[in-house]
Amino acid sequence: MPESDVGRYRVFVTLKPGLLDSAGRAVGESLKTLGFGDVQQVRIGKLIELELADGSKAEVEEMCKKLLANPVIEEYTVEEQQ
Amino acid sequence: MRVAVIQTPGSNCDQDAYFSLRDYLGADAEYVWHRETSLEGFDAVVLPGGFTYGDYLRGGAIAAQSPVLFEVKRFAHEGKPVIGICNGFQILTESGILPGALVRNENRRFLCKKVFIKRVNATSFWTEGVPEVMAVPIAHNEGRYIADEVTLNQLEAEDRIAFVYCDQDGNVTPAANPNGASRNIAGILNAGGNVLGMMPHPERVVSELIGGSDGRRLLARLAVPTW
Repeated sequence: MPESDVGRYRVFVTLKPGLLDSAGRAVGESLKTLGFGDVQQVRIGKLIELELADGSKAEVEEMCKKLLANPVIEEYTVEEQQ
Repeated sequence: MRVAVIQTPGSNCDQDAYFSLRDYLGADAEYVWHRETSLEGFDAVVLPGGFTYGDYLRGGAIAAQSPVLFEVKRFAHEGKPVIGICNGFQILTESGILPGALVRNENRRFLCKKVFIKRVNATSFWTEGVPEVMAVPIAHNEGRYIADEVTLNQLEAEDRIAFVYCDQDGNVTPAANPNGASRNIAGILNAGGNVLGMMPHPERVVSELIGGSDGRRLLARLAVPTW
């Protein structure tokens, strides 16, 4: 299969708003220690890159629902790469 | 009663569970590899603690998709006893057998210490007859139980909160909550009361020789003779 046919997707998984991100909070405090006093909030998420031979954005969203994200605590967005 | 102790890559409390059940409590326990597709002949399931698949993605997320979990779901649905301890609790929430989720401890520290838990539900298969206050160790980084308010209220209304963190006198206070769990929750039950998920490790306190025996009564439920 020519490389141009490969579907590339980026999935961003983030904690739901309002949910305490203790790691993000620690990083925020560290940034303040470095002098970045204007830091209001830091939230850490995940970036998952996928290459699919014959996939679609809908399939990637299905993957998010089934495994890549936990709907109880996380949100996700899927970006199709050109 | 034949008890399946599920082993997954990264399980590390499987042997504690196995030896506690078999050697200290006389239960008929056997290891079952996570690739197994049948739990035929077994009467109960233990999902032990550990770091299955290195906690990749989320604690318990990948183990929740193991072939054997389809059988565990069937077990849960049929009313057979299932207990998930620590990472096993995470597998139960990730697989949707229990509601809610377990997220990183509020204080960002891995917690490894003895805590006190208080029995809330006193009538389920798992909680009937256990001591009202127990000293049980915890060892987790992602042990903070959370769920939305509707779910938490439902758990309370349906008497499905198995254990809450408390002080040694049984007082349920914010100070006695080690990880920031919603409503001090340390363990919950499914609607049928046959599935228990808990962060503390009862299998580590089955003998005074190893520092305590408060977990005996809970796990002894599985030591029913097979004959």
